[in-house]
Amino acid sequence: MIGPSSSHTAGACRIGKVVNKIVDDDKLTEVKIQLSGSFARTYRGHGTDRAILAGIMGYNSWSEEIRNAMEIASERGLKYEFIAEDIPGAHPNTARITYTCASGKTGFIEGASIGGGNIRIDNIDGMEVNFSGESNTLFVLHQDKPGVIANVTNLMYWRYGELNISGFHLSRKERGGDALMTLELDDLPPEQLITDLKKMDNIDNALLIHAI
Amino acid sequence: MLSYNSVEELVAAAVENNCRISELCLRDQSKKMGLSEEKIYENMEKCFDIMCESAEWGEQKGRKSTSGLTGEEGYLMKQYAEKDGGLMGQPMSRAVSRALAVSNCNAAMGKIVATPTAGSCGILPGCLITAYRDRKIPKRDIVMSIFTAGAFGMIVAAKACIAGAQGGCQAECGSASGMAAAALVEIMGGTPKMCADALAIAIANQEGLVCDPVAGLVEIPCIKRNASGVVIAFSSADMVLAGIEAKIPADECIDAMREVGDAMSRDLKETATGGLAATPTGKRYREQVFGK
Repeated sequence: MIGPSSSHTAGACRIGKVVNKIVDDDKLTEVKIQLSGSFARTYRGHGTDRAILAGIMGYNSWSEEIRNAMEIASERGLKYEFIAEDIPGAHPNTARITYTCASGKTGFIEGASIGGGNIRIDNIDGMEVNFSGESNTLFVLHQDKPGVIANVTNLMYWRYGELNISGFHLSRKERGGDALMTLELDDLPPEQLITDLKKMDNIDNALLIHAI
Repeated sequence: MLSYNSVEELVAAAVENNCRISELCLRDQSKKMGLSEEKIYENMEKCFDIMCESAEWGEQKGRKSTSGLTGEEGYLMKQYAEKDGGLMGQPMSRAVSRALAVSNCNAAMGKIVATPTAGSCGILPGCLITAYRDRKIPKRDIVMSIFTAGAFGMIVAAKACIAGAQGGCQAECGSASGMAAAALVEIMGGTPKMCADALAIAIANQEGLVCDPVAGLVEIPCIKRNASGVVIAFSSADMVLAGIEAKIPADECIDAMREVGDAMSRDLKETATGGLAATPTGKRYREQVFGK
């Protein structure tokens, strides 16, 4: 990794990277990054700001571009703002990233950097999640309708028989509304699975976060 | 499969399988990650090579941190150590220079291996590169010992924490020293129980250490704490190899570390609002870097 702090740089970059994965092909135009706890007080010294921004733009914790993340963001026309403001009850190293895309899509994630570059994402678009990044993790944003979960797991089993699910979590905003499946997998699924999932009925988006 | 929930379980598993902790961990990681043992070993060997590169980079003249507050600690220590070894003698003074150098590299935003964190990234390389270069231990043994360090690190992370913001410096440099002490003991042929004892002693010897980075930078006191972390790792390993046992078992030392971390004020957990960061000089440095 590129220093100087694993939780404030590498972990921060990985939290940013989750936004990059969620946004996918859409172009990000604006991000607002709220830093809480120790993040809020040390982000300039630790390079947390640069690291989160680099992650949002798709760079990795070992990318040397972290050092020039602000300049790269400006070149790309990505507006960014950092706000140091505590989130009550949050882990000491928490960031909330709110984003807007060229297509008008907006959303947010909230995550904590829990040491050694490990992260925990706690919230995506108001839906509680609990994802560590220690396993390959698949997120499926979908509509809360009967059969969607079965369709996803059936596809995984019938077409990619060797894929084993090691963890499963579901959350939804309201009955029949937006919902989010979090599936932790033992092995890395092929990219084709993501493409297939996105084509399915009642599925809005699917994304894969690789294990650390 | 291994659970990495307690040191006791890890040691018992190694004894039952009649193997080193590193062998057990390598086998387990291979199963968990679905990669061959050779591939996982190769990845770890790359990590060790990066450690060596960061140390060499940091030991060169003129290496300054991004903020300009620190620099050349590794270089100065290496110059001094190479003359006659200084008060500590040669392998030890070189271990310190390497730990400083890797931390210098980190503070300059260079590439390092987080072991377990970036703030504490000099300790394991300081110990291992010295065992490799000065004691001429075969590279394979050195690389394997990183698996042992990692296995213990995972237990500390699971039972307590490894983030300064959550547990203070004891969670970072304390964990790193414990991991390095265990790795050194394994390299020198110690048993799994002896590795656990070395971890326990090193963690106990840094219990209560707060995280008070000046200006919120990973420089003051972090860089020099990596140097003292190396000394604690070596002395803990040596004590165990001399036949001295840890009086409090490793699992309980880790639990104590977590409790002490929970009791620590937030000002002393990487918020740069207490301890050295709040001293008049510490504040002056902050202004120097970031303005008023």
